[in-house]
Amino acid sequence: MVDLAWPDPNDCSILGKRTPRIDGPDKTTGRAKYTYDINRPRMLWAKFATCPYGRAKVATLDTSAAEAMPGVVAVEVIAPVGTECKVHFQEVACVAAESEEVAREAARRIKVTWEVLEPCVSDDDVEMAGNKAKKGKEQLTDGFDAALAGAAVVSETEVGCSILTHCCLESHGSMVEVAEQDGKTAVTAWSSTQAVSGVGGEFASAIGVEGSQVHVICQHMGGGFGSKFGADLWGALAARLAKKTGRPVKVMLERDMEIALAGSRPSAFATMRVGVKDDGEIVAWESAAWGSGGNTGGMGAPGLPYVFGNIPHKKTQTTPIFTNSGNARAWRAPNHPQMCLLTMAALSDAAAELGMDELEFFRKNLGLTARADVYREELAIAAERIGWAKKWIPRGEQKGVVRRGLGLAMHTWGGGPHTSNVQCTLHPDGAVEIRCGTQDLGVGARTAIAVVAAETFGLPLEKITVLIGDNRYPQSDGSGGSTTIGAISTATRDACVKAVNQMLAAVAPELNAPAEQLVAKEGMVRAAGSTAGGLPFADACRRIGAQPIVTMGTTQRGNGMSSSQVGGVQMAEVEVDCETGIIRVVKMVAVQDVGRIIDLLTTESQVRGALIMGVCAALYEERVMDPTTGALLNPDLEFYKLAGIADVGELDVHMMQTDEHLKRGVIGIGEPPAISPMAAISNAVANAIGARVKRCPMTPDRVLAALKA
Amino acid sequence: MGQPEQPESASSVSRRGFLKGVGATALATGALAQSGLAATALAPRTANAEPPAAPPVPLFGPAPVAVKLDINGKVRELRLEPRVTLLDALRNHLDLTGAKKVCDRATCGACTVLMDGKTVYACTVLAVEAQGKKIETVEGLAEAHGGNAPIQKCFVANDAQQCGFCTPGFVMACEGFRRGHAGASREEVLEGLGGNLCRCGTYHGVANAVLDVLDAAKGGK
Repeated sequence: MVDLAWPDPNDCSILGKRTPRIDGPDKTTGRAKYTYDINRPRMLWAKFATCPYGRAKVATLDTSAAEAMPGVVAVEVIAPVGTECKVHFQEVACVAAESEEVAREAARRIKVTWEVLEPCVSDDDVEMAGNKAKKGKEQLTDGFDAALAGAAVVSETEVGCSILTHCCLESHGSMVEVAEQDGKTAVTAWSSTQAVSGVGGEFASAIGVEGSQVHVICQHMGGGFGSKFGADLWGALAARLAKKTGRPVKVMLERDMEIALAGSRPSAFATMRVGVKDDGEIVAWESAAWGSGGNTGGMGAPGLPYVFGNIPHKKTQTTPIFTNSGNARAWRAPNHPQMCLLTMAALSDAAAELGMDELEFFRKNLGLTARADVYREELAIAAERIGWAKKWIPRGEQKGVVRRGLGLAMHTWGGGPHTSNVQCTLHPDGAVEIRCGTQDLGVGARTAIAVVAAETFGLPLEKITVLIGDNRYPQSDGSGGSTTIGAISTATRDACVKAVNQMLAAVAPELNAPAEQLVAKEGMVRAAGSTAGGLPFADACRRIGAQPIVTMGTTQRGNGMSSSQVGGVQMAEVEVDCETGIIRVVKMVAVQDVGRIIDLLTTESQVRGALIMGVCAALYEERVMDPTTGALLNPDLEFYKLAGIADVGELDVHMMQTDEHLKRGVIGIGEPPAISPMAAISNAVANAIGARVKRCPMTPDRVLAALKA
Repeated sequence: MGQPEQPESASSVSRRGFLKGVGATALATGALAQSGLAATALAPRTANAEPPAAPPVPLFGPAPVAVKLDINGKVRELRLEPRVTLLDALRNHLDLTGAKKVCDRATCGACTVLMDGKTVYACTVLAVEAQGKKIETVEGLAEAHGGNAPIQKCFVANDAQQCGFCTPGFVMACEGFRRGHAGASREEVLEGLGGNLCRCGTYHGVANAVLDVLDAAKGGK
């Protein structure tokens, strides 16, 4: 019999090793079909007419020219006369037409006149935002003033980061088909979603059918990062237009709407003071923070100070600003990267003010974190890998044109599993099928399921068929909060262990051994520990009879299979040209606490990807709004800048995999490594040039301004 | 990468100018007489100078026209509006959806295909312009190698993909680079692949995939 518990790592043939993703060949050859790629007979394309201002009221609206255009099949008004649009590119009307070109042109022919209203897009300036800035209550701990007054050194820091967008390469959208079958409406919704099992209800309610009538499919999706949990207005429109026209309708956002509306990460700025003793011990923290996540304000948990939450005396205050910009959505570790930047920058500046090595300063204060031992070990490993002792030069000591710097940051995350259900079908010919209503955002969900099943059945990977991305498979929660891998891996293990044990019981009499002693390994079913005799797996499965074994598994918690809470340390080495202000990332080191790894190759890819996203945030990307008109000034990939392949430097990833880590079970790590990079790079730049660049992305002009200040 | 040569049958009007002229002006007025009127509409408008005398420009459309494309070694005949891009012809008319639409403005490279062996952004080539050229797509590259070309295998082995939406374009950019840069260094690889963007952050794997495929080619000789 096979135990539910994860097998001993030394006994594993594939679990925890480097396994190339099983859908890799589909993705590299173009066979993988994303929502955007679904073409159906008689399909219509839908495109939008949008608001050209940051804030304006629809005064008149005339869709007749669009409706009269040959090839236009339906026009749906979204913002009737009198509607106040609150953000540039907000949807006014939607046209469904025979071709993409006609739909786009017809949308342009929708005539709207506007009553233009004053927008507020000043997310970085509390005074300019006026009454759109909602000053929060001050939080004060006893003895704060005395502690700050008694500090040997009080450092001051002002730093922040701009609003980012998720910028999924596959834009948001759906392709919906509504058919009448046997007197009943059947809806098929291909949707680029992070929540295959949960999103069907939105399509159902959009056209007044029941959830059971909606079939959701998402075999592949081109990035979500927290922004694709719902069907959104765009999915609902696809359903409404499909019902209205009786034809399949594809609604995929164009890049400008994607950048404007389809999710953003709130900005965050703060002025901070840190009080420290002579020996580097932090005694007091003061912060006033502000920022915006659009119409919803922003500035949620976690608060300040980040990671070093146990600083004894604190005074904090936050001011969310409500702006006319596309709303925030969960963005890969919501609010953590921003709070990490603010905190780590302030602490780094305190170390510099004191004249102390940054690494030594952080180490000295680990008692103020919740995971001192974890961080201590990781700091040592990271320092070794980046060569901290050899390369460290105190801040401000370099005078050349090109200066090098080191910086570090630390982060924390949960990563416990959500709820997933998995069905395992073991056929009498030995074929294995796993069904789960999860989705693969690019993490490698399919591969993780296949790895666990292959390990459990003792089969090679290619013998496992994984079926995901369909709401007709067993329910699996949305992919957010790094919760997926812990859930689908433990649920798969549960289902497969049940199936293999039923098979072992059926074959035991023939092998003259009690089922308890049998295992399935290396394609054979035989007594544990023996290397001879037994039956090939497929032959053993024939003994189960004509019917397949079908089992259900569910997320395993509290039994060592999964866990949560990780810490990570990252260090950055940068080079700054003080004449041009251009920063080059030389090297990033990520040391990541994690539980048991299912697939080391895709896990490392996740961490490298997170580092690269952090480089983008630190140096390149931001949403730029015009304060006068409220217009989004960079709604394209030419000016909404992402790092290219030559911009990211050397990326060194170290996953913590000691026996102690393995014992914790599986923990998701999609988000945590994306938290620290921006802070580590900001600190490295401050170390190099002797001044804090006040805002990320640290564009050349901002670097030069910091040098001049 | 040089500007693709104009096919003899196509105009010398710039792509964007052509799109703009035909899309906004020509279609708005409904039917458009073939040469004279359109040439005026497309000519640069300067206050004082006469437009320079240009050779007669062959024009298409605005109604759908017959377009013959050589894609992955097969001639495909379509009727397309002249403003249809090569990318939309592939994706929307031939169901070759490997090349992706992401920026639609020649920035990100997700739509990269090979045209006469050179990498082009298919979102910024008109289908009518691509006539007479040999177009290779990511699907064709796989087919030509029994379902999986060496560069595609190296992408998988190096996990050079996450969500995979930039991947087909990156594969074609790498294939185009590989053909012209035997023995390229890592620095040359990084420079040569600057025209493609990835959001998930797969660059490390992509660079290693190209280096592996270049290495394998060296070993084979």
